[in-house]
Amino acid sequence: MVKVQNNKAWFMVLPVLFIVALNAIVPLMTVVNYSVQDTFGNNVFFFEGTRWFSEVLASERFHGALLRQFFLTATILAIEIPLGVAIALTMPRTGFWASVCLVLMALPLLIPWNVVGAMWNIYALPDIGLLGYGLNWLGIPYDFTQQPVSAWFTVILMDVWHWTSLVVLLAYAGLQSIDENYYRAAQIDGASRWAVFRFIQLPKMKHVLTIAILLRFMDSFMIYTEPFVLTGGGPGNSTTVLSIDLVKAALGEFNLGVASAMSIIYFLMTLLVCWLFYTITMQGERE
Amino acid sequence: MRIWPAQARGTGETMAQITLDKLAHSYLPDPKSEADFALKEIDYVWEDGGAYALLGPSGCGKTTLLNIISGLLVPSRGRIVFGEEDVTHYAPEQRNIAQVFQFPVIYDTMTVAENLAFPLVNRQVPRDEIDKRVAEMIKVLDLGDKANRKARGLTADEKQKISLGRGLVRYDVNAILFDEPLTVIDPHLKWQLRTKLKELHHEFGHTMIYVTHDQTEALTFADKVVVMYEGEVVQIGTPEELFDEPAHTFVGYFIGSPGMNVLPCEVAGNQLRLGGQDISLQRRYQQLDGIVEMGVRPEFVSLAANGEGVPISISAVEDIGRFKIVRAQLEGRSFNAVLPEGAEIPAEATAVIDPQRIGIYQDSHLVRGEV
Repeated sequence: MVKVQNNKAWFMVLPVLFIVALNAIVPLMTVVNYSVQDTFGNNVFFFEGTRWFSEVLASERFHGALLRQFFLTATILAIEIPLGVAIALTMPRTGFWASVCLVLMALPLLIPWNVVGAMWNIYALPDIGLLGYGLNWLGIPYDFTQQPVSAWFTVILMDVWHWTSLVVLLAYAGLQSIDENYYRAAQIDGASRWAVFRFIQLPKMKHVLTIAILLRFMDSFMIYTEPFVLTGGGPGNSTTVLSIDLVKAALGEFNLGVASAMSIIYFLMTLLVCWLFYTITMQGERE
Repeated sequence: MRIWPAQARGTGETMAQITLDKLAHSYLPDPKSEADFALKEIDYVWEDGGAYALLGPSGCGKTTLLNIISGLLVPSRGRIVFGEEDVTHYAPEQRNIAQVFQFPVIYDTMTVAENLAFPLVNRQVPRDEIDKRVAEMIKVLDLGDKANRKARGLTADEKQKISLGRGLVRYDVNAILFDEPLTVIDPHLKWQLRTKLKELHHEFGHTMIYVTHDQTEALTFADKVVVMYEGEVVQIGTPEELFDEPAHTFVGYFIGSPGMNVLPCEVAGNQLRLGGQDISLQRRYQQLDGIVEMGVRPEFVSLAANGEGVPISISAVEDIGRFKIVRAQLEGRSFNAVLPEGAEIPAEATAVIDPQRIGIYQDSHLVRGEV
């Protein structure tokens, strides 16, 4: 007997494919097109092969932006993840104050990104901002518009203020899911506070922390609005990270080929790091 | 086989009976009436090395009592004494007890051996001593081939063995408490694990207190069973005592299958009036107030065809193989009889009750008459 196969149901997938094509594949292909061609306007294009890619990868400007990007992301992760976990550990587990803490924690997350940038810009201004004026009054020379160190300090502080809450909320959710009996058993086993953290809380938070690190990595790696509003990449190009450099190349200098090649390299890097991180964590899980 | 040298146990500081001295607990800050107490007053001594079961339905206060003994809860009234030492306000880690919880608690990231070593590491036992004890414990628990595996991947019964092992591996444990430890274990493994528990009890001689709502578990595990009902300890006794002379109608219902027949009746002197018939009792009773009931186990009821005894109407007969359960009605209330295999069931049956096996209950509590 011949088994009749009816594959008409595949047509049902077409609308989805159409939408995905419109919102993801077509724009991406545009970038790919620009990255291998050159134009002098009038819709005339010349094929350039890998020229833009080699140019970007060899340029010191790109190396600088990439280095600053990794420095920013690494610093942000190194501060926000431990700080977030520490805050989550000190939050009350139940009752009125637990709700109050949650609301307070959620507040920074609700503020639009450019508002955050504008807020911190004003807050940090050395002549009228509370932070800037206060630091100078204490005798600490501080001017984020002139000194690279001050600018970096402000960008990182702003991001920590804005995003630590996300880590706190995720870690808190992980902590809440731990059964009370784990703490009781640990108490009976005579475990120290550190041992409880190391052998109960941390392993149980592993999954949410993986998510937190991934989210914070991606967000900080793609960060644009806040540093752009705060420092505009300056002073000089001292806080010019990848995304700011990309916008400068694409819109400031109208260097479409270079900007497209950069975009693709940038995209692949984000994808690669996330994939590596995810694979490594899940590998550990299977053992 | 004894694992530890005799002097490690059996010295004054580790040997201890556990005394509950007028203990009561309420979860309310300011309990007013008896009903506010999750655990009503209890006075009892748990002998060293005994195997006890705390038996009762959900919400009867057995877990409350267990948590008071383990130190996770401070009682609102009364004292708890280990040996001569008042430990009422001691934290769990100061009490030399171990506890096995309903859901296995293991440290996921550690291996089986590391899990077992954990309580000893925390107590700063020297490394070679830890290694020795852990190796022995792995042997006792039959976990030899899994010693260096991560505990996360084990089955529920193996995890429960590890929880137990973390208690047994310590040299300072007075008592091991079990909070319904077989709940998540597959039925065919329950029996194995229970046998292992009995074996370990004989081997180590720890006092074991086992909380359960399963009468089979309680009766097979324990030397003494503490039956709790609505926050009150209604009877403490050997499985035989609970069967032969339930001190409370709840014990009658809860233990035995089917449970005891409990029926309202009238008692005057040594005469019991039930279903329009008089039965002469072995004991004589004073005037009884409140709700008066008689209780008799279905095992001590036989059926007669000649009209002797109390009239009943049979609604069903369940043939269990080794015996038959007769489900009947007596004055509109359910009444069961257990008859031997092959017994005749008369069409117009009456129930003959063994007068020696009748208990008289006043407001649910057993009244002992004069002989």
